[in-house]
Amino acid sequence: MSTFDLSNSETDRRGARRGNTTITPQNAPNRRNTELAMLGFAVVLPMFAYANVGLAMDGSLPAGMLAYGLGMGALALVAHLLMRRFAPYADPLLLPLATLLNGLGLVMIWRLDKAGKLLASNFPAAANQLMWSGLGIAFFIGVMVLLKDHRILQRYTYISMAVALVLLAAPAFFPTRDGDFGAKIWIHIGSFSIQPGEFAKIILTVFFAGYLMVKRDALALASRRFMGLYLPRGRDLGPIIMVWLLSILILVFETDLGSSFLFFGLFVVMLYVATERTSWILFGLVMSIGGAAVVASVESHVQTRINSWLDPMAAFADPPPVGTSEQIGQTLMAFGSGGVTGTGLGQGRSWLIQFAAKSDFILGSFGEELGLTGMMAIFLLYGLIVQRGLRTAIAARDPFGKLLAVGLSSAFALQVFVVAGGVTGLIPLTGMTMPFLAQGGSSVVANWGLIAILLKISDSARRPAAEPEPATAPASA
Amino acid sequence: MNKPIRRVSVFCLILVLALMVRTNWVQGVQAHAWATNKNNDRNKYDRYAYPRGNIIVGGQPVTNSDFVNGLRYKYKRSWIDGAMYAPVTGYSSQSFGTSQLESLEDGILAGTDSRLFFRNTLDMLTGDDKKGGDVVTTIDAKAQKAAFEGLGNKKGAAVAIDPRTGAILALVSTPSYDPSTFSGSSAADAKAWTDLNADPNKPMLNRALRETYPPGSTFKLVTAAAAFEDGKFQNPGDTTDTPEQYFLPGTKTELKNASKDEPCTNATLLDAMDVSCNTVFGKIGAELGGPKLRAQAEKFGFNNSKVEVPIRATTSVFPSNSAPDGTAMDAIGQHDTRATPLQMAMVAAAIANNGTLMEPYLVDQERSSTLAVVSKHSEKVMSQPVSATTAQKLQQLMESVVQNGTGTKAKIDGVTVGGKTGTAQHGQDNSGLPFAWFMSYAKGADGKQVAVAVVVENGSDDRSEISGGSIAAPIAKSIMQAVVQGK
Repeated sequence: MSTFDLSNSETDRRGARRGNTTITPQNAPNRRNTELAMLGFAVVLPMFAYANVGLAMDGSLPAGMLAYGLGMGALALVAHLLMRRFAPYADPLLLPLATLLNGLGLVMIWRLDKAGKLLASNFPAAANQLMWSGLGIAFFIGVMVLLKDHRILQRYTYISMAVALVLLAAPAFFPTRDGDFGAKIWIHIGSFSIQPGEFAKIILTVFFAGYLMVKRDALALASRRFMGLYLPRGRDLGPIIMVWLLSILILVFETDLGSSFLFFGLFVVMLYVATERTSWILFGLVMSIGGAAVVASVESHVQTRINSWLDPMAAFADPPPVGTSEQIGQTLMAFGSGGVTGTGLGQGRSWLIQFAAKSDFILGSFGEELGLTGMMAIFLLYGLIVQRGLRTAIAARDPFGKLLAVGLSSAFALQVFVVAGGVTGLIPLTGMTMPFLAQGGSSVVANWGLIAILLKISDSARRPAAEPEPATAPASA
Repeated sequence: MNKPIRRVSVFCLILVLALMVRTNWVQGVQAHAWATNKNNDRNKYDRYAYPRGNIIVGGQPVTNSDFVNGLRYKYKRSWIDGAMYAPVTGYSSQSFGTSQLESLEDGILAGTDSRLFFRNTLDMLTGDDKKGGDVVTTIDAKAQKAAFEGLGNKKGAAVAIDPRTGAILALVSTPSYDPSTFSGSSAADAKAWTDLNADPNKPMLNRALRETYPPGSTFKLVTAAAAFEDGKFQNPGDTTDTPEQYFLPGTKTELKNASKDEPCTNATLLDAMDVSCNTVFGKIGAELGGPKLRAQAEKFGFNNSKVEVPIRATTSVFPSNSAPDGTAMDAIGQHDTRATPLQMAMVAAAIANNGTLMEPYLVDQERSSTLAVVSKHSEKVMSQPVSATTAQKLQQLMESVVQNGTGTKAKIDGVTVGGKTGTAQHGQDNSGLPFAWFMSYAKGADGKQVAVAVVVENGSDDRSEISGGSIAAPIAKSIMQAVVQGK
């Protein structure tokens, strides 16, 4: 045993199992075979779904079924084989989970393409999405192979900040197009458009992790008491205020509620983990609620979102009130019509949600066709991804890795919550994409990258022979 | 850092749990409300996703469900003799919803009724295609056809009821519309729909149930009924104390008869009914007073807003606060008295059925797609407007009208027929063309019975040619013949 026990002492005290997430003894199973078995499941399940759609809609097995299975299977297999070589000790669940969600998303998009004639504006998206999924897995493999150790990312702390800011600000300077529906979250280059926000999520997390690792002591210790709370010093507040302002600016200029909520939430979470001070959470909550309230009272589109959250069926009035959209009402009706068991794949009518059925509202399509049962399964899959990510954070031996893993996992969790909460009417709609399921190239590629980084951290955390750590502040438990 | 990471983990767990709870709420608790929301177009598509059940008349369907295999709608409703049966069936349109029986019996026709649940579940398990159930009506195809052809291109309505059961044998409204013309969702369907709704002749209006008219002299039977029930008169042969000139109570307005030389002065009730004396019945009504007349009318079904067959009929009205002169006019079916054709058929039916009014009904049976009976109508007494003895006196009056009075055109050889004509003035200062009414009943030798009410809005362009006896009676006769003689 070595000094790394310190960071895991709590695990022991609580009597948790010292298994695959703590230090693995020599010659312990590395779980790659488990991964392979589950990967098979993750490829076969969407194939069944594919067959299901074909049988329901055409009465025959779809021609592309085998090709899809072989294609997705081959990609996943390559990723898996490279993992055996480049990240042998990594978590066995994350790759199958991502593959399964991505596969299900592809099937649903293909299914909605088939209902294309019923959509007012329809662009077949399945082929594109398949290409992007391929690129996403390629990106995953690239990160696997090229990123020798996640700690290398630490060197790019401030570069990351600059890149993230540029990425986030970019859409404000690009003209919006008809297809954007008012949200300025795309960069258009010719016929090619990306959503920089998806990548900024990861890059910002890298910056936060690097920055907080250096500043955590200053933020945690140098504080003064105020009304029973520990508040940080003014100069340490600077970056926080800056990030907060940035979120507000995104909100105002790019009408992107979701991203600003995500970035701010992410920062608060990471700050709390780095400093272990509850006061940061309260502080963060007060600031976010304050900011949101100010913006909501000024920005009309935010008010529109809130109104359609409070009364989703208002848009169905004749004539409909200005600025309302039927989407959220249509989605809720899709959920309701699906009920507990769903209509079955290919038998629902979620094309009634119109153009967004494949993208922001794809959960509505799943809810209608797979029912409450399927929705619970999907939430469990997402929950598992988050859980494996957070386990990785606990097992990681270096503070940077811990922060990075916790950041990526919570960003993922927050994004799932914001999107699914918006679509199910739990919170106002913010217009982000459901990771892996929804149509959108940037989203797929970025999230595959996120999974790759988590696996890298996980691999180094569970590697039996630990490498010497770079000299940083000792991890405080 | 592990402690805060664990807390963050709990926070993330709460986020996922919140989503799960919310989704359970939406898809479990609220699911039915969202699924049946009026803005949920799935219900429209579902209704035409499989064959819709049919509406049956005389053992034959009068509707069809055509497989059109559209993008959104797989089936489309069509009608056999749509214009003739529209007042019975209503419409069932992909774009414009459903009405009347198509709407009220939608659960059976679309197969969504909970009573079909077991059947549907079996179908689901055995892989049979879902199919709606049928609705069997009480309509007599021959009577319906006689009424429809009798009204022809005139504006009006006819209702025929079996007095012993309340079964509606004919229900016609003209001008009518063919529901097939807008049962789809194409531009042509939309145009047909707008045109029909904009048509000044109101072809979409079901005049038999949803329009009220001044009943005119046909209402004199209700007045006579009140007089007998009150004991004011004992027999049809009793003479009435009627002056040559009768002024409406408290006014200088003379209530006139159809012509000066009608034998109305001190006429017997029988003679007064034969020639339809306004003075006689106006005076009787004024003397009985509004409350007694209203009570009698209400027993026949006036002022009852819940007459449903199951299509809800518009409420027929007998006013409650007319001045004495108004009451005299109310008593002869003018002023504020208004009745649906169904209401006057109910009056005739109650009289023919010896004073017992049976609840009128249109749906005899509901069946599943496998012809298993889901429900069968059980006949119900609605009220007893008059005693059997009074009813027989009223039958004498009505039969005399057909034998010797204004209703001779309704005579049928070998069949007992009783009737009453009506020519109702309406419009500002009676400027409109008068409505021609005829209500009657027929009892065949083999026990078949029918009670009929016919109203024609525009019998002729010439006012003098319009009378219930000449215009409406022949139509009523052909309906009665269709029922009692099967012609």
